[in-house]
Amino acid sequence: MTDFFWTYLWPAIIILAESLLFLVVLMILIAYILLADRKIWAAVQIRRGPNVVGPFGLFQSFADLLKFVFKEPVIPASSDKVIFLLAPLLGVTLALSTFAVIPVAAGWVVADINVGILYIFAISSLEVYGVLMGGWASNSKYAFLGSLRSAAQMVSYEVSIGLVIVTVLLCVGSLNLTDIVIAQTTGLGTMLGLPNTFLDWHWLPLFPMFIVFFISSLAETNRPPFDLPEAESELVAGYMVEYGSTPYMMFMLGEYAAISLMCSLMTILFLGGWLPPFGFAPFTWVPGIIWFVLKALLVFFMFALVKAFVPRYRYDQLMRLGWKVFLPLSLAMVVIVAFVLQLTGWSDML
Amino acid sequence: MNISQAVQSLFLKEFFQAVGLSMRYFFKPKTTINYPFEKGPISPRFRGEHALRRYPNGQERCIACKLCEAICPAQAITIEAGPRRNDGTRRTVRYDIDMVKCIYCGFCQEACPVDAIVEGPNFEFSTETREELYYDKEKLLANGDRWEREIATNIALDAPYR
Repeated sequence: MTDFFWTYLWPAIIILAESLLFLVVLMILIAYILLADRKIWAAVQIRRGPNVVGPFGLFQSFADLLKFVFKEPVIPASSDKVIFLLAPLLGVTLALSTFAVIPVAAGWVVADINVGILYIFAISSLEVYGVLMGGWASNSKYAFLGSLRSAAQMVSYEVSIGLVIVTVLLCVGSLNLTDIVIAQTTGLGTMLGLPNTFLDWHWLPLFPMFIVFFISSLAETNRPPFDLPEAESELVAGYMVEYGSTPYMMFMLGEYAAISLMCSLMTILFLGGWLPPFGFAPFTWVPGIIWFVLKALLVFFMFALVKAFVPRYRYDQLMRLGWKVFLPLSLAMVVIVAFVLQLTGWSDML
Repeated sequence: MNISQAVQSLFLKEFFQAVGLSMRYFFKPKTTINYPFEKGPISPRFRGEHALRRYPNGQERCIACKLCEAICPAQAITIEAGPRRNDGTRRTVRYDIDMVKCIYCGFCQEACPVDAIVEGPNFEFSTETREELYYDKEKLLANGDRWEREIATNIALDAPYR
């Protein structure tokens, strides 16, 4: 019996505790990312942004949370009630469950599985179902159109995201996210005889892929300039139009969880995860998690800036960019990277 | 697409220009004000909440001529004149303004021969019920007493241009 406890139950309890801790920290971070998004957007437009709740508006997200929770959830009479309520739940659960394999520092990961990147790719592809179910179950034209657009958009850009990930995997030779980060301790910089610096990370040799991944992750998470599914001028709010109260909040939470996932993924794939930007004295003293969070926040800052300065794409432009620019580009890069690695023999060194 | 264009898009020239521009705006002083705590300047001609004024001796200015009622394009004003008094003047017995109908055009204060009805500088008079916005004479006179200093200053400032 004690054997059973120590082999099966105890690890389960540990994992549960880890997940809970991770989720709580993540939720608080997401609350502040939401606030940061609004603040950055406001600042670029020379506005103040939310600044009333708490000092500098720091408690704004929590006030919003309370507001959403205390509102009455309105379920449309003609909607499919079960799917209508299941959709946001699915969205938020999937978005949060991807974080199980994200290593935030050396060894700091809830599930260190060796197909981590595949797991993330699979789960984040499922997120489109939340949107589709929400749009369909609402039984409204706007919601349905919004969800259709969203589905087409997310599927199109997942193709190029997949190919970008393949190029990174070619360089690393592992699907484990921890291995991907560790592979970036050596790279272009160390080949030139420099010490470990940010030049070793994948963003430099795979620069076009870095950009393609950034833009595709904007499209994948329905961020501006690709926020066609919720284009407020035509579709009011797209698939969320019939939602209010807690279900709406869960959609928002899922969306921002997906955004923070994309930021973390970019950090891991291209910006060296928890590695310090310079591999020597004062920088190596800072714990890895801080570097990880700083890098993810830097990526998020770019997300927020892009929201502020890029106008929304037309639907055909979006599709053209996805299928006619990114897909051939990333396919070509997969071939080129494979060729270069094979011919130069760098694949053994990397 | 020629080569220079290709190079520019490869090195994300426009993207970095846009980032630079937005960062310049990012640190600019904000154009919005922290509203409930700080307020923007208001012209002496600002047409806000209505008020009925009194003479310094406390007598009502309004002589029930009903010019404001006649000119009001939204027909928001309702006046009932009382009987002529011993000194030959009249006063209103009822002076109602439906603030929901009012369009704040300022015709009433233009029409008034004795500067009795004016639109003061106050614009923060939202209420929780519709009924509270049906102003009667008592409320308007109270407004006049409350805002007299600001209203008198504004009229004096605006006088040279009339």
